Amino acid sequence: MSFQQFTGTEKYLASPELRDAVNVAIALERPLLIKGEPGTGKTVLAEAVAEGLGLELLTWNVKSTSKGRDGLYVYDTVERLNDARFGDRDIRDIQRYIKLGPLGSSFRTPKRVVLLIDEIDKADMEFPNDLLHELDRMSFTIDETSETVTAEHRPIVIVTSNNEKELPDAFLRRCVFHYISFPDREMMTDIVRVHHPKLEDELLRQVLIAFYWLRDQTEVRKRPSTSELIDWIAALRRAGIDKKAIEENLPFLGVLLKHEQDHEWISGARGRRTVLH
Amino acid sequence: MFIDFLFYLRERGIKVSLTEWLPLLRSLVEGHARANLTVFYHLARALLVKRETLYDLYDQAFAEFFEGVDRQFDLDEELLDWLNNPILPRELSEEERAALQALDLDELRKRFDERLREQKERHDGGNRWIGTGGTSPFGHGGTHPTGIRIGGAGGGRSAVQVASDRRFRNLRSDRVLDTRQIGLALRRLRRLGKDEGPEELDLDATIDGSARNGGEIELIFGPPRKNRIKLLLLIDVGGSMDPHADLCERLFSAAHAANHFQHFEWRFFHNCPYERLYTDIYRRQGDLTTDILKRVDRTWSVVFTGDAWMSPFELTHAGGAIDLYHDNRDTGLTWLRRFRERCPNSVWLNPEPRRIWNAPSARLIREVFPMFELTLDGLSEAVDVIAGRRSNQSLDPSVNPWTH
Repeated sequence: MSFQQFTGTEKYLASPELRDAVNVAIALERPLLIKGEPGTGKTVLAEAVAEGLGLELLTWNVKSTSKGRDGLYVYDTVERLNDARFGDRDIRDIQRYIKLGPLGSSFRTPKRVVLLIDEIDKADMEFPNDLLHELDRMSFTIDETSETVTAEHRPIVIVTSNNEKELPDAFLRRCVFHYISFPDREMMTDIVRVHHPKLEDELLRQVLIAFYWLRDQTEVRKRPSTSELIDWIAALRRAGIDKKAIEENLPFLGVLLKHEQDHEWISGARGRRTVLH
Repeated sequence: MFIDFLFYLRERGIKVSLTEWLPLLRSLVEGHARANLTVFYHLARALLVKRETLYDLYDQAFAEFFEGVDRQFDLDEELLDWLNNPILPRELSEEERAALQALDLDELRKRFDERLREQKERHDGGNRWIGTGGTSPFGHGGTHPTGIRIGGAGGGRSAVQVASDRRFRNLRSDRVLDTRQIGLALRRLRRLGKDEGPEELDLDATIDGSARNGGEIELIFGPPRKNRIKLLLLIDVGGSMDPHADLCERLFSAAHAANHFQHFEWRFFHNCPYERLYTDIYRRQGDLTTDILKRVDRTWSVVFTGDAWMSPFELTHAGGAIDLYHDNRDTGLTWLRRFRERCPNSVWLNPEPRRIWNAPSARLIREVFPMFELTLDGLSEAVDVIAGRRSNQSLDPSVNPWTH
């Protein structure tokens, strides 16, 4: 099998570094851990990999209450309890109350799939360690029925983290890691072009000047992200705002900045902005 | 030489384990690096460096290591050398030994030979050598007299040049913090009273156990899970602390927002705490320090935040306080020691970098409290001291100040 399988998609531009990381993870059959500022396209990457390789995508959205086992299977005790009390179904067959989770399902599919474990850091500190064994061996046992599920096709596992918690070292050692750095102006121009192909060059230039200026302000508490930039441009275009207006008064700032303090600060700082041109 | 890169990374503080190094070898044997140092730079980073805070260190180490050799460095040659003479680090963990056992060196050599042979036959940059698009497997953009030109994506910049850019400088964890990062560090500040107090009914486990029993009630008890950390934050305001006001504000708001402490209190002082501690930064209203000392005990941790930068008299002399109208009877050091005796698990956070902690006043304070930088790393260390995971030793007075 060739190494360079994933090259990005029409809608998703992957940097060479990211491509190499994705491909080495696929080739070595290791989970790929993706970190990066919010809005840099961590989740979208999994979609792009699935699309690029023509595979199905299974998503496991991790929550603060998620347990490692939930991803493998859930034994629906409540349903069985109900059946025992009110139902007329045969409750001796535990098998029918076992429901595979996203990780478990990804082992059972007839074709190789991409499994996205989204925001792994939301769960308990020990959560990633609980998955180590299953991710290594690609098999697990259902205790209640003593059945062993083994992956026929190892799924391509993509894990995202927002840095809410430190991930355990043992887990990190087994992952391929990539940090998506914030796109520079050149890369950003390409990204915007994908979403707004008809945007005028001059307008794009102005928008990016304003956008990166905002990001450079250390006082801004929540720096605007790529997805917010795309939305901002959409808003500007729909309203038919011209480039002069962008230079002068940054319309629809609410799309970019979400904190009240940031708005207050920006209105005070705008005077200083002209220096940058 | 190749294995030296591993040792070099370790030396520079990137703790690469064999569990990570071996997959890199496998990947190189398979030809993933495409004889290209830039791709090797990406692969090695993805497989060996697991925190973005270490990216900058990796860049520096990479640039230093490959500086000067990047034009002659032939990955395949290096790999062959290593496969013929596989040197590995001597001390191995359990996990690393297992990884090593799983690796079949003969198999690896065979795969490598196979690939080289294939490469010679095809010579067309086909499947295995995508990316270059050229005709020679070793070519990349331009050509080199020896036929190998490594580095440089499409005649662009070499891997060493890219690494020397140090694009990830901003991600280092020894830099100062923002509120969220502080919040994250403080989250690790929990000490659960596992072995104390009566056991509590674990409702979730009870429900689950009963359901599994098919409805037969099963009561399950467990230790109480309450955080027992009590925190008193004392912040130096005014004077030389002005440049750090923003940082202290962030620490304060993060600690304030963290709602997992059993108790959290804060007071302000100027340079050094004396008879009074203040509830406002203008130091107009406050409480007697003795009252506060009475309220706290060994279960509390006091976190002082200040630059420890003052005249030594402010610490060592009665009446040495910086404010002229303030005639303190007990010396600053006496007050500090009272806190340390009352709450042994206390620390001092200094927003100034460690290299300028040699002021006599900072040294005196470090003999009372362990001092940490107010950076992500420093804060984590301080948190470990408070949570009892790390020794709370202060500076030994006999140690030469200039070497510490």
